[in-house]
Amino acid sequence: MRQLLVILFSQALVNNFMLSRILGTCPFIGVSQQVETATGMSLAVVFVMTVASAITWLVQNFILNPLNMAYLQTVSFILVIAALVQLIEMVIRKSSPSLYRALGIYLPLITTNCAVLGVAIINYQANYTLLESAVSGAAGGLGWALAIILFAAIRERQRLAPVPRAMQGFPIALVTTGLLAMAFLGFSGFDVARFVGL
Amino acid sequence: MSPLTAFTNGIYKENPIFRLVLGLCPTIAVSLAVSNGIGMGLAATFVLVGSNLIISLLRKLIPSEIRIPCFIVVIATFVTIVDLTMEAYLPQLHQVLGVFVPLIVVNCIILARAEAFASKNGPGASIMDGLGMGLGFTLALCAISIIREPLGTGILFAAPDLGFEGIRLFPAEYAASVVTQPVGGFITFGLLLGLVNLITMKKNDKHGC
Repeated sequence: MRQLLVILFSQALVNNFMLSRILGTCPFIGVSQQVETATGMSLAVVFVMTVASAITWLVQNFILNPLNMAYLQTVSFILVIAALVQLIEMVIRKSSPSLYRALGIYLPLITTNCAVLGVAIINYQANYTLLESAVSGAAGGLGWALAIILFAAIRERQRLAPVPRAMQGFPIALVTTGLLAMAFLGFSGFDVARFVGL
Repeated sequence: MSPLTAFTNGIYKENPIFRLVLGLCPTIAVSLAVSNGIGMGLAATFVLVGSNLIISLLRKLIPSEIRIPCFIVVIATFVTIVDLTMEAYLPQLHQVLGVFVPLIVVNCIILARAEAFASKNGPGASIMDGLGMGLGFTLALCAISIIREPLGTGILFAAPDLGFEGIRLFPAEYAASVVTQPVGGFITFGLLLGLVNLITMKKNDKHGC
């Protein structure tokens, strides 16, 4: 249980996927114009990262390892993620039209969000169990969600600010992300294991 | 489009990093040292050229409904080749680039070129487009890391895999290690992008367009 707490805190805050590991930058900059759309995107990311972590663990341990085909990891993981995103899209469309309206347009974009493939590979490298992988995926997604929602709130205010013409758009967004990353730098060196009493 | 324009297009006019602003994660994460930038850039160039060639050859056979999964499989195959080759011959570089080597597969530049160029053009032009885009990516990575490496470590052009320790510009205790953190990456890249915008705007104003 405590081990899971350590994974949760370290994946969500200390090694924040966006601001510390730098994974998922394109959607982070692209879908952060408004807090509302950022929230929709983050819900979809948390969901896909959790499910993808569990499924890629199963693929790695029940298909690739027994058949000695670890070299097919990249190919099989990305295919599994692409298929999974399609499947989730279809299931949500059938089962919950309101959720589909909220997430629909964001789901296809997630296949190329490097945080999803990134978390699958990081879980594999850290030798997590099935449960630990799923928690790590959910925590990574939540950390990414925290970052993008904070960032979208900053950008909403920033629209009113007089930004020099050359810095408008991407440049100022990147500098702002840098300042946000500086705030998260405060978490580095935070000993999560001691904090939860492990 | 002639092969030469396809080649030069990627280097400046449609530079993937500074003009199209695609593939941001590896750009910021890897640009800690010039040698990393060159390694990552050449790896991506190889994948771009290979996948552009294969996709261009197969463009009439791939049904358009399932083209994206097909593109991804082709790209992932080339990424696996790069990953295993780098692990065997440049182990230290592979260690530093870490998760970003397999993640070349989700680099938007590569899928974007497959979709926007290779699936519509012949193999010759597609190879040149891949080379141009790849070199544009490499040059952009070098431009960012040539600022971050000396500011963050005081050393320039360190390449551990080649046994080269680099040129020490000033003692390590004066280096600002925050520049090698993600913070430095985001801010350096943001300011450089602003500079490129400024130069482009000045140029356009002069030509009156």
